Formats: sequence, C-alpha cells, structure tokens
Amino acid sequence: MFGAGGGTSSYEEIEHTDLIVLWGSNARAAHPIFFHHLLKGIDNGARMIAIDPRRTESAAWADLWLGLDVGTDIALANAVGREIIAAGLTNDDFIARATTGFDAYAEAVEPYTLEHAAELTGVPAEAIRELAHAYAKAPTAQLCWTLGITEHHNASDNVFALIDLALLTGHVGRYGSGLVPIRGQNNVQGGGDMGALPNKLPGFQDVADDDARRRFEEAWGCTVPAEPGWHLSQMFEAMERGDLRALYVIGENPAQSEADGTRARRALEGLDHLVVQDIFLTATAELADVVLPAGAAWAESEGTVTSSERRVQRVRRAVPPPGNARDDTDIIVDLARRLGHDWGHPSAEEVWDELRSLSPIHAGMSYRRLEELGGLRWPCRDEDDPGALFLHGRLWEDPPRGPKAPFTPVEHDPPKDELTDDFPIRLTTGRHLDSYNTGVQSGRYRSPRRTGGTIDLSPEDAASLGLAAGDRARITSRRGSVVAPVRIDRSLRPGLAFMAFHYPEDVDTNRLTLDEWDPKSGTAEFKATAVRIEKEA
Amino acid sequence: MDIRLPAAVATDDERRAVDRILGPPTTGWEGGERRRVDGHVATGGHAARARRHLLLPVLHALQDDIGWISDGAVGYVCERLVVPAAEVYGVATFYGLLSVAEAPPVAIHLCDDIVCRTAGAKELFTALADTVGPEGSSDGSRTWHRSNCLGQCDAAPAAFVQAAGEGRRTVIRADLDRLAAAPTDDREPAYAVIGDPVLTARFGAADPGDLDAYRASGGYVALRRALEIGPDAVVAIVEASGLRGRGGAAFPTGRKWRAVADTEAAERLVVCNADESEPGTFKDRMLMERDPFAVVEGLTIAGHATGATKGFIYVRGEYPDAENRLVAAIEEAEAAGLLGDDVLGSGFPFHIELRRGAGAYICGEETALFESIEGFRGEPRAKPPYPTTDGLFGRPTAVNNVETLAAAVAIVAEVPGAANTKLFCVSGHVEAPGVVEAPFGVTVRELLTVAGSARPPQAVLFGGAAGRFLAPAELDVPLGYEPPSPPLGSGAVVAFGPGVDMDDVVQRIAEFFRDESCGQCVPCREGTVRQDEALRRLVAGSDERGLIDEIARVMRDASICGLGQTAAEAVTSAIALGLVGGAR
Amino acid sequence: MTDRHTVQIDGVAVVVEAGATILDACRAGGVDVPTLCYLETLTPANACRLCSVEVEGSRTLVPACSRIAEDGMVVHTGSDRVRHARRMILEFLGAAVDLTTAPELLEAMAAYGADPSRYGAGGGSPRSSAVVDNDLYVRDLDKCVLCYRCVEACGDDAQHTYAITIADRGAGARVATEFDVALPDSACVFCGNCVAVCPTGALMVRTEFDMRAAGTWHEDVQTVTRTVCGYCGVGCNLDVHVQDGAIVKVTSPFDHDVTSGNLCIKGRFGWTHVRAGVDGS
Ligand SMILES: Cc1cc2nc3c(=O)[nH]c(=O)nc-3n(C[C@H](O)[C@H](O)[C@H](O)COP(=O)(O)O)c2cc1C
Ligand code: SF4
Ligand code: SF4
Ligand code: SF4
Repeated sequence: MFGAGGGTSSYEEIEHTDLIVLWGSNARAAHPIFFHHLLKGIDNGARMIAIDPRRTESAAWADLWLGLDVGTDIALANAVGREIIAAGLTNDDFIARATTGFDAYAEAVEPYTLEHAAELTGVPAEAIRELAHAYAKAPTAQLCWTLGITEHHNASDNVFALIDLALLTGHVGRYGSGLVPIRGQNNVQGGGDMGALPNKLPGFQDVADDDARRRFEEAWGCTVPAEPGWHLSQMFEAMERGDLRALYVIGENPAQSEADGTRARRALEGLDHLVVQDIFLTATAELADVVLPAGAAWAESEGTVTSSERRVQRVRRAVPPPGNARDDTDIIVDLARRLGHDWGHPSAEEVWDELRSLSPIHAGMSYRRLEELGGLRWPCRDEDDPGALFLHGRLWEDPPRGPKAPFTPVEHDPPKDELTDDFPIRLTTGRHLDSYNTGVQSGRYRSPRRTGGTIDLSPEDAASLGLAAGDRARITSRRGSVVAPVRIDRSLRPGLAFMAFHYPEDVDTNRLTLDEWDPKSGTAEFKATAVRIEKEA
Repeated sequence: MDIRLPAAVATDDERRAVDRILGPPTTGWEGGERRRVDGHVATGGHAARARRHLLLPVLHALQDDIGWISDGAVGYVCERLVVPAAEVYGVATFYGLLSVAEAPPVAIHLCDDIVCRTAGAKELFTALADTVGPEGSSDGSRTWHRSNCLGQCDAAPAAFVQAAGEGRRTVIRADLDRLAAAPTDDREPAYAVIGDPVLTARFGAADPGDLDAYRASGGYVALRRALEIGPDAVVAIVEASGLRGRGGAAFPTGRKWRAVADTEAAERLVVCNADESEPGTFKDRMLMERDPFAVVEGLTIAGHATGATKGFIYVRGEYPDAENRLVAAIEEAEAAGLLGDDVLGSGFPFHIELRRGAGAYICGEETALFESIEGFRGEPRAKPPYPTTDGLFGRPTAVNNVETLAAAVAIVAEVPGAANTKLFCVSGHVEAPGVVEAPFGVTVRELLTVAGSARPPQAVLFGGAAGRFLAPAELDVPLGYEPPSPPLGSGAVVAFGPGVDMDDVVQRIAEFFRDESCGQCVPCREGTVRQDEALRRLVAGSDERGLIDEIARVMRDASICGLGQTAAEAVTSAIALGLVGGAR
Repeated sequence: MTDRHTVQIDGVAVVVEAGATILDACRAGGVDVPTLCYLETLTPANACRLCSVEVEGSRTLVPACSRIAEDGMVVHTGSDRVRHARRMILEFLGAAVDLTTAPELLEAMAAYGADPSRYGAGGGSPRSSAVVDNDLYVRDLDKCVLCYRCVEACGDDAQHTYAITIADRGAGARVATEFDVALPDSACVFCGNCVAVCPTGALMVRTEFDMRAAGTWHEDVQTVTRTVCGYCGVGCNLDVHVQDGAIVKVTSPFDHDVTSGNLCIKGRFGWTHVRAGVDGS
C-alpha cells in the first residue's frame, strides 16, 4: 500500500479500535488467532461490520452484516465512498494534506448512489448508508480483508476501492486506524519481504530502482534485470505459449491449487523439465522430472517468517528432516554448487544477515533481537529501532513526509463467469477451520470437525433441487464437473452455494473455478463461479 | 456470536412459550421465517448480546408452559437470544426449579427443612412415595422432590407445586388431598406485635390489592415528601435514622444509598432483594403479600434518593402469591402515575421490573442475584468491587431487602417508632407461629412468649440456618446490632421443643448448605460436603469435633461469600452447646 | 490517587503500580504465594482460594490474585490462618480429586502438611472418569479441581466458543457440554485452548494420554523448541515438544502476545504430517 507491501496495523490495535470492518474475510475460520484479537476489540466495545456474501461464523459476530452478491465489492465500496462525500463526512484536512486525486475519485464514484449500489449488490440501501456513516464517524477504524477481496479477476481494483475509503476518512496511519490484509499462508508476507515478487527486490525495493539494483549487484556479483518477471498466472500463460519450458517449484502445489485445475495440469505436463521441492509428494510433484524432498520449514529448519502484522519471527528446527529430506537452504546452496557457484555452507543466520545488509527495513532485526523480543515488525532500521507498530504515520506529520497517497478510482466489473439459465447458481469457495489449502498437511491429522468436500446449499435451494443433506449432487461449471455430498447451510441464501477447496482427492473444486486472473496481482477468480447443480443418481 | 445449534428442533408449543416473553421472531436469523432480505443483511452483535438478561425469564416460560426444558427448546433459545447452548444448559442446571430432563406436568416440591420436618413432612414423604413413587420418579402426571425451606414456616408442612400450563401454587398445611387440589388459600396473616405496629400496621387492615386503601393508611406520604425535599435530604434522614439492612448483613442503609448517590455514573440502579430463602424466614413474603405497595414505594424512594431511574425486584420463585401481589401493585402504581416517566409530575422518571428467582438460595446473595438477573449462573462475585460501584449490569447499584425498604418508607414518612422496629419470624414448636413485630431491645424469650411457646424449648436457632443456636442465657439478651446481642441475621427464631431429634435437625442444616453451595469456591463446595460427612460420623459416635472445627475455620476464612462463611455457624454452635452427638 | 502504592508484605515494604494485585506485590517482593485457578492470561476466577492471604482490617482472608493492592495495606502471607486455609484447601482437593498428573499440587500438599486421608475413603463430591470421545483430547473429570480455567479459555477470555460450561451446582458442579453431549456433537472446535490451561491433566491431549497409559511418556527427556506455525499467516508461536526425535505435543507460550498461549486446531493438532511425529505415517 502506497509503496509498502504489508498491512498497516498490528494485532494489538484491533483490540483498541472503535470500529472493525471485516470485508471478505472469514477470519474466525481462516485466521482463528487473529480473530482472538478482534474479539478482544469487540469485548472492549468495538462495533463490527462484516461484508461477505455468506453470513459466515465471522459475520455472525458482527453488529451489522452486509450480504452482498459475489463480486460486487467495488460497487459497494464506491457507494460507501459516495455516501461519505455526499453526507459531508470526509476528513477534508487529511485529504488535503496527505492525498492526491480526490476530485477524480469523487467524480468516479458519483454514479454509485445508495439505490444503484443496492441494485448491484443486493444489500439494502439503508445498510450501505449505515456502513458509510459508521466508518466515517468512528474515531478509529480497522478495515480488514482476506481472500474474499483478492481472489477475484479484479483483485487489485477491489483493494484500491477499500484503500480509497481509508483515504477519504483518514483511517490510516494512526494507532487503531488502518488497512489490514490478513495473509492466508504462513509466510506469504515473508516471501514478499524476501523479494519473491516479480517486480521487487528483497525489502520491497523496486527492480526498476537503479540504486537498489546496484547494491544487490555489488553484493551478489551479477546483474539483476531491471524488468519485472512473471507472476504465477503469467507463467502459466507462458507455459501454454511455449515460452516457459522449465519450472522449479518450491513448496507449492499448483496442479491442485490453481483455479481451472485441468488447464494447470495440462500446462505442467507440457514442460520440458519440472523440478519440485516439497515436503510431500504432491500432485504437482507427481508430474515432476526431479523431486527434491525438503524439511518442513516450521519444525525441521532454521530461519524466519513474517506474519500479517509485518512481524518477523524465528522458526527453529525441532526435529531433523526425515530420511533423505534436507533443509531448503542446503538444497539451494548445493544446487548452486552444481551450477558452478560455491556459496559455502551458510547458516540460516548468515543468510539472514546478508538480507539485513541489503534490505534497510530489516536492518535492525538481528537474530539476537528477534529471540529476545519475540519478533520485530518492519520497518526496523537499526538495532535501537523498536520496529513499527503501524505504517504511514508520516501522512499525519506536519508537513507530511514522503509521497502523498493517491486515490485510485475503480469501476465495478461483475464476475466473468456469468449466471445464466444453464448455470444459475453462484458458487463461491473458502476455507474450513480445521483444514488448509489443498489439505496435504492438514489432511493428515484426525479432526473430529472435518466434513470433507461437500457442496453447501441454502435450505431453499436444496429443497427446490430435491436434495437432502448427505445426497450426492453433481456440480457443473462451464469448465468441468464434480460430484459432492450435500450439506445444508443456513448461512447461505438462495442462489448461493459454497465449497471448500481442501479435499482435491475427493472433490476437486478447482476443476470448476475460473482461471480468469487479475492482471495486476496475478491472483485467480476462485470466488465467483457459475454452476448448475443436479441430483446425482 | 457464532453459535452451533443443537440438532433437535423446538416444538410449536416450546416456540410459543419463548415467544410469549420475547415476541415473535422478526428475522430468519432469529429463528423466524427466512425472508429474502435476510439473505443480504443481518443485525446482531452488541445489541443482540445485550438481551442475555432475558434468558432466565425465557427458561421460566418454558418450565411454566411445558414442564421442562428440552434440547430443542434450548436450540430455539440460542437462536433467539444469541446465547450458546452450553451456557443455556449451565444456567438451567443451576436452578432447582428448572428441569432439563423430561418431566411430567406437575412437580411437587415438599419442604423437609428444619421446621416442616418436625411438623409432619416426613410422614408426607412416605405417603407420596407410596402413591407417586420414589423421589424424582414420575407416575406419568406427577413427580415430587424434597425441598429446602419454602418460607411458609407459619403453616407447616408446606409444599410448592409447579403445574405446567396451569401455574404455580403454594400448599400450606399440606396433606395428600391438599397437594392434589388445594387452591391458594387467602389465609389470614399470622402475626403479632409487641408495642405499636409500624411495618405490620396494614396487615389485615388494608386490602393489599387496593391502592386507595394503601393511600388512605398513610401510603405514598413518604414518596411525596421525598420528592419535595430532594434526594440529599432523604439520604440524610435515612442515615440519621440508623436504619440497617434487614437482609442479614445489617449494613447501614443510608450509607449504602449515599455511596451510590455519590458516584458519577450516568446510570444507576436499585434492586429490591425479595429472594428470601433463609430457613425459618418468611417476613418478606408476608410484607409482599400484605403490603405490596410499601415495597414499591420503598424502591421508588430508594431510586429517587440514589439517582436511579430503574429498579428491579427479584422475587423468590417459590413465592407466586407475593409475585402476583407485586405485579398488580406495580401496574396500579404505573396507572396512577406513581411509577413511570414522570413520577407524580415531579420530573423524576422511575420504572420497576420484576424478575423471578428459580430455586437457588445463593441468589439472595446480592452479587449472585445480579448474575442471575443478567442471565448467568448465580455465582457470587468477588468483593470488592462492591455493588455500590460495580453492581447490576456493571452499574452502581443499591440492593435492599424488602423489610429494609418498608422501614425506609415509614422513616421518611416520619411514622413514630419507625426507626426502632423490626420483624422477627417465630416458628417451630410455638403455639402461634408467625411474624412478630417488636422494638429493638426485645428478647428472644419475649418473642417466644408472644408466639405462645408453651414449654421452654430444647433449642432455639436464631437468624436462620446461617445464624446459630442460642445458649440458654442468650434468650434474655436484649436484641440489637451490638453485642452481647447475637447477630440478628434474617430475624428467624426457630424453637425446637423437647423430644425433637436435634441430631436430625443439625444434620439437616449441614445438608442445606451442602445442597445450596453454588460450588464455585473450594472451601465452601468441598467444606460443606466434608462438614456434612464429619457430622454424620460424629452423630454415629466418632469424635470429629477437631476436624469439624478445622473445616469451619477454612470455610469462614476463605470462602467467597456469606454462604460459605456462615455455613458452619449453626453446626459448631450446636456442638458447643452439646445439642448433637454423644456429647449431649 | 497516586500512581504507585506501597504495601507491607510480611513486614517488607513493596512498591507497586496502581492497579497491581496483592499477588503482583508479593511476587515483586519475592514472596511465594501458591496459586491454582489463577493464570496470567485469564480473568481471575477466584475459585480455588489457595492464594488467600491475611490483610489487616479484613474480616476474612483475601484472594491475592484478584484483590487490588491499596496504599498502606498490611499483608501477611504466612500466618497461621493463612497456612491453615491453604492446608485445608489442598486437603479437600487431595481427598476429592485424582492429582496424580498435577505434580505442583502434590508438592504444595507436602509443603503444607495436607493429609487427605482424614476424610476417609469415598464421599466428597461425586466425579466421573475419563471420556475419550474424539481423537484429539481426553477429559478425565476425576482429575478436575473445578478451577474454571477451561471454561474461561473456551469462553470470554480467549476462544469465545462457549462449548463448555459449569453445569449443576455445589458438590454436583462439573465441566460439561450442553446436555452432556459428546464433544464432537457440541460446539467445540478442538482448539485445545482448554487443554492448554488445565492445571491438573484433567484435560489432556490424546498423544500424552495414550503415551502415559502405555508408560512411554517421559517429560524429563523431552525437548521444547519455539517456532512459528506453518499454516495461516497470523504468526502463532509454537512450542514443539519432542521425545526421542518425534513430536509428541504442541503448545503455545503464554507470554507471547500473538497467541497468549492459544492456538487453533491446525496449530495445536495439525502436526502429524511431520513424518517424525508419533502419529505420522
Ligand atoms: C447466602 C446469602 C443469602 C442471602 N439471601 C438474602 C435474601 O434472601 N434476602 C435478602 O434481602 N438478603 C439476602 N442476603 C443478603 C444480601 O447479600 C444483601 O446483603 C442484602 O440484600 C442487602 O440488603 P439490606 O442491606 O437491605 O439488608 C443473603 C446473603 C447471603 C450471603
Ligand atoms: S462461599 Fe459457597 S456459595 Fe459462596 S461463592 Fe463460594 S461456593 Fe459459592
Ligand atoms: S477445544 Fe476449544 S472449543 Fe473445544 S472445549 Fe476446548 S477451548 Fe472450547
Ligand atoms: S478440567 Fe481442568 S481446567 Fe477445567 S475446571 Fe477442571 S481442572 Fe480446571
């Protein structure tokens, strides 16, 4: 956000904020311990407004739930913005001092009246108004989201729409007010920190930044390309074009985790050479030419991970990797040696210290401090820096330091997979509390709560389709078809169905989903599929 | 709140019972019809959770209408009130008058406490066991249970009957026929007076259902005066009167009111503690049945004096007649402008809500009472903080006993002798058990004499089960708040004539505490059990005095609340006086 | 009101911040006060009364864990009354509860000379025995001291699931689900946050329960390694307990502000994919 790749706030702030807006996030199930902090906030008196197509277990805690139609987040956000402007509730001082582009934004959201948004989203106008007024009037507010916002073909636009709201009201850069994307996987944030983004060097330094590049080139003794690389969806397109012929996959399972799994598998199969480094023989690894068994990062190796509050923490080896499995670092160093580069035998700490020497925001985070303080939040620029509780405080300084934060007007763009008479039901996907991603790790312990892969239907849809709980139903999208047992879920409304994606062995949900991806972030549209559901004999 | 509902579904009757309290559900999320708009919007959160206090009324409604609380019914309660199922279960199982097991429509609670058991209750058990079956069993239409003191000691033996769909009733001088049929008697009040009547002045003289009769006999003089002179002056009068709480703890009432009045809180509350459950005690019931407007007026004055605009009366669940009287009195007072948004045109708004207990002695303890009203298990809170700063719903709260409020009315109305009169409940082996109003300084012997004690009693229990047995010399000590007077407690005086099996009586008291401990703290939960066991061994001939004394010390020193702190008083005093075991 | 209060603990003046409890003051003064139901991360339940101390001017003893220290308070932690109360409480518990997996309580009993045999066999509050109704953790209410910790952790103080409650009252009080249904039929989400706070082993993870039953649980040879959970991106700290090269249990540190000792089902139980785990395959 405005040049920093992480959430602006710390967990502690949500305990002391006045309003929690949870947008497209079922944190109760997907991020249970973050939700503990959120619950403390509620116990301390915070109001909560949830925006989600389903009234999830998270939304059940809200003072107000807005059940928008899948993929209409921008329409809703723009209407909230318009209402805030129309009602004179903008934070004019903040807008003037710290932002740019307000006029264009105001003009862009002007058509999104409450009534128009009600039509687009299904949410009553009065409820949208209440959200707008509550957000604008709250002394402090945390706006949190997860995959409900980002797993759309227009994911980045969705995020911009939310950022715009924070800029309108000044709900960023202050204790208790911020923008909080909660990361779905334990080290997505850390991957970004380390520069595992097509356009970034470690520490979110831009590849186009000559100074930054030069420092890396000096340290590494090689040239660093100034053009961004490909993100995941672009890689798949390149594979299909034949431009990408070899792939080295570390700890990912794209054969099962990609939207439109059939297509992903075909692309992987077409490669000249596929190397997979993983702790399991995943579906992707089964397609590989070479499999490098690795240790489980969290229990079998040394290093760091970065959490959703930008906190870098140590992981440590509790048990040795089994059999021939090895530490990821060792594998990579060995690979380099075979390729003719002797990097020695660096310890995890030595690797980390190199990073600290190149990434200013991590510079103050010595292993010793990470141990003693239980982790540090970046930016942490030297060994006296306590780390940052929240980001963008600079916007409130007099005068504001650094570049102003730009408004980014965005337009509503409905899901690509249209509802028609043939595909009349909107299928959305998500997580179960006891499971994780494609289930390769979580599938192995015996959870009494595991339901397995089901198709969850509203009582009304189940009745009209002649389906009862436990019946087997065939779910067909424009791309594929799967069979799953029916679960009746009262949190769903007619026309909305839900499936988790944790059980690809039983029910390969991603055969149904659409590989329509967001050109800016590369995430795919998992959240909005048009399907037909029939009783399976 | 993300609530997982039990699989079972409520019946229509169960839903009706719940809706009787809450009104019909308005959205699909609350268990009503799923409307289209429910798919797009829902409210909940703080506002929904703030309705938790309706839990006990809803459980009462189910018990009253259905006779028990099923898992399906619990599910509907969860949906309506956004309370988790386990919490509902935890609350329901706390209370003696709520059943979570399937039960026949009629439940008879037969008192077998210290007074009734010496007045024929034991014979009734045998009779019931013969006709209905063993305690707790059902003959298809009825079940029966032993009960702790029902507060009807003036007409022992007594029973309390819950009849699903028909209502609750008290049966006095119970026998099998009356248990089956007896309508509520409109009995004459059993009372006597030493000196001039103040608190009992209207007993038998004014129709308790008639507001005009109340006013004609001096009612609402006090409230008018209070509104005239203002809260500060009222508190000063009560302080000067030396009035002390009549619920057992004898805390100066004026000081309590002052403490609440002095807080800065925008919202304050007053509560009338009408949960009277101390064995041998029935004065509050008599006041509510015979002079209900005095209770309403007293609470209104307390509200005005402390700056509260809302009052609660928490009335014992086994007191249906008193409850009906109070409900009628509140309605009449509202209709007459004596309660409401503008009391007597003075600009002072005051409303009273009545809440019903559900069979737990501990809920008479003021903080347990708060928990109960708020919809939780009636487990006392740690003090401090005290109710005057952190009371009901976290608001500064003045809790007053029924008699305390009635006395305050008389004091503010400047009734002569008002500050110097007290109600005692005399029962057991006396000719005319009943309430005796007497001035301070009266002796127990005088009280017994007025009640027609023919023969000198073998033993006298003073102050209730939480009080103690008196040494013979103490019968002639003038009663008051300072030693050598024994603590007045609830004002109960229970006489045990010659021939009463005191081993049995004292064991019954130990059993009472074992039964009524809330179970929260170790000294009381375990101590009351071990005391009961040790006492049985002592009665059987083993010398357990040392152990009983050690148990008594830890209960007194380390229990959270007054229940545990006093649970050994009667037992140890009986041992010291040689009333139990071989020592006799 | 001043910001700092001075209290006398056993004759020694101790200065504490306003709002500190007597227990805080005792600990600051290096005075040991035994506790049972108290835990830093939970609201004091005030139930066990083991931390009772004598405060001059107070009629009864006072629970150190929850009573706020006031300026000028004079506290005695070792008086006869205090020692008597603690000994009796320990005796009561020892007589009613199976404390074999609560070594700290057994030590305290020895230190205070508690003799549970005085109450004879049997009697006491009725209890039941181990319930094994799921693969993740076991409830043995015979070992329950009713400290309320699990109920608080499941409820207001952490998890907010409210799957368990105290049901019935007095001697019959017990930890229960609604209508005593099995855990998988209750609202329980198997976070194990109740297990984490249970001081007596009444709640125990299944691996530990099974290994203890088999006689293969050896805490003395176990190592504990602090790391971060490998599932979602919240960054929960884990303490990985390893015996003979295999993970046997996962807990979370109470003194880390991300989790305060709490985890979700994945973090606490979802480790069997690490091949070295006892349950691994
Ligand atoms: C176990 C226990 C039971 C009590 N029961 C009652 C009761 O039934 N009625 C009552 O007025 N006070 C009862 N009390 C005393 C109350 O806690 C409280 O002191 C009283 O209601 C205050 O009112 P007062 O100051 O007018 O007496 C009880 C106390 C304890 C410890
Ligand atoms: S003393 Fe007894 S009744 Fe009072 S809180 Fe403790 S256990 Fe409950
Ligand atoms: S495992 Fe979690 S949800 Fe289940 S009872 Fe324990 S604390 Fe509650
Ligand atoms: S099960 Fe454990 S944590 Fe729960 S009350 Fe019993 S002893 Fe305490």
